[in-house]
Amino acid sequence: MLARIKEFLGMETKPETKEVASEEEVEKVAEEKPKPRIGYIHLSGCTGDVMSLSENYDILAPLLTEMVDIVYGTTLVDRWDIPEMDIALIEGSVCLQDEHSLKELKEVREKAGLVVAFGSCAATGCFTRYSRGGQQAQPAHESFVPIADVVKVDLAMPGCPPSPEIIAKTVVAAINGDMDYLQPMMDLVGYTEACGCDLQLKVVNQALCIGCGTCAMACQTRALDMTEGRPELNSDRCVKCGICYIQCPRSWWPMERIKQDTGL
Amino acid sequence: MVLGTYKEALSARSTDKQIQKISQDGGIVTALLSFALDEKIIDGAVVAGPGEDMWKPVPKVAMTSDEILAAAGTKYTLSPNVWTLKEAVRQYGLEKVGTVAIPCQTMGIRKMQSYPFGVRFVADKIALIVGIYCMENFPFESLRTFISEKMGVSPELVEKMDIGKGKFWVHTADETLSIPLKETHGYEQNGCNVCLDYVAELADLSTGSVGSPDGWSTVLTRTDAGDSIFKQAVEAGLIETKPMADVKPGLGLLEKLAKEKKEKNQKTIDDRIAIGLPVPYKASTEKEDPLANY
Repeated sequence: MLARIKEFLGMETKPETKEVASEEEVEKVAEEKPKPRIGYIHLSGCTGDVMSLSENYDILAPLLTEMVDIVYGTTLVDRWDIPEMDIALIEGSVCLQDEHSLKELKEVREKAGLVVAFGSCAATGCFTRYSRGGQQAQPAHESFVPIADVVKVDLAMPGCPPSPEIIAKTVVAAINGDMDYLQPMMDLVGYTEACGCDLQLKVVNQALCIGCGTCAMACQTRALDMTEGRPELNSDRCVKCGICYIQCPRSWWPMERIKQDTGL
Repeated sequence: MVLGTYKEALSARSTDKQIQKISQDGGIVTALLSFALDEKIIDGAVVAGPGEDMWKPVPKVAMTSDEILAAAGTKYTLSPNVWTLKEAVRQYGLEKVGTVAIPCQTMGIRKMQSYPFGVRFVADKIALIVGIYCMENFPFESLRTFISEKMGVSPELVEKMDIGKGKFWVHTADETLSIPLKETHGYEQNGCNVCLDYVAELADLSTGSVGSPDGWSTVLTRTDAGDSIFKQAVEAGLIETKPMADVKPGLGLLEKLAKEKKEKNQKTIDDRIAIGLPVPYKASTEKEDPLANY
């Protein structure tokens, strides 16, 4: 099973120098470990993040049946009370005027081992940052904030939505306790005030931009153009997901992981 | 290891007379991308294609050998090729994309492959990254300014630009001009000064003129994919090679320049850290190998 997932994720591109035995061991350990209990909590988001999760067609069925136990989640599990769980995937920002959301979020924090801000709405507020209230059906719902503003978050997985691959990679890393892979997600917990203008502020203004175009490629709403070798933001299109700055090779640099993945 | 991990170092050039005529040095990038396209190893390639202004390239999805050929030759300015990779996958529907990338672009692509936070189903479509050696880059206005003002020639008249023997060269139909490279340093983009990668250490294979005689390129094959494509092109007779030991100035010069770039830029990184400016790399005191690319 683990081998299948690894193959899907392209994790076996390099020739392994270690003997096959060690790999079998990893697989054995993975199979012997109790299945992690995962809960999915839906706050103020569009459900796009969990749809992206389900795009992992090749591994979804075995992942759900053999590798994890889904213990809580609207439409996924017929259960009203929040059980104890190992990992809580929280989609959506939290509305400060919505007492039910606040209560659910706080309760999940108490019952979950790891709280994951799943998708940019939970991680940075994303599109809901533009809310000013006065809309139907809840005109009083005005203030939407990243969940880390209200509870302690362990991992952030931004993206609008996060790609199917990063979701699969993160779940597998969490199951295997691969903390090295998860380190950037722990670091990103603090990145709650995201904006396409971060490229100008934190990269161009800091003499770090090299005009490679990764930010404009990564932008999920085509809010970025490259002009004279620099990113140019159309702020009308920016949803404040933070992906451009997160994918920039000059924001953080995971050399060790890249060397492992490429075998270089 | 100042040249990164590589399998083989060779001096090489394209055997195609047409490529030899218009390419920068050995025509390796053009020959390899065309070969990969013909052999269906890739379905298309993102290249620095011709734009509206002479010498100001725009990233382009090349679907034929002719389009790859049209992008041959070095343009000493920014072409954000990584930007266009997604277009190649989405709009062009390519399953196997090739590209030519300078070291920083290779780093952007590799980071996206290891951590594709917001990039859906592009990482697995990158089939070939041909890396090119790069000491620094110039914004287009910088390039235009020192060519027209310092060298006194209009960029439209320039037929070829080149860097070699410590000078920046410009060839027009009837003259060859040069200025010492140190006179161009003030025109570089500043972001290049913290870069620790001269030879595209994370590409599938890397190439550039340094180390080989005129008309030839030095090739470093790195990944299995890069090594295999290069060997196939050699076997098909599209690329000829010589051992590095047999050519002048040889691999020593490439190592020397790579080391110089790393040492100079690690110092810039250390200086930035000392005054509290952000930089994604470590201070030399925190690194096991002070010349490593992190």
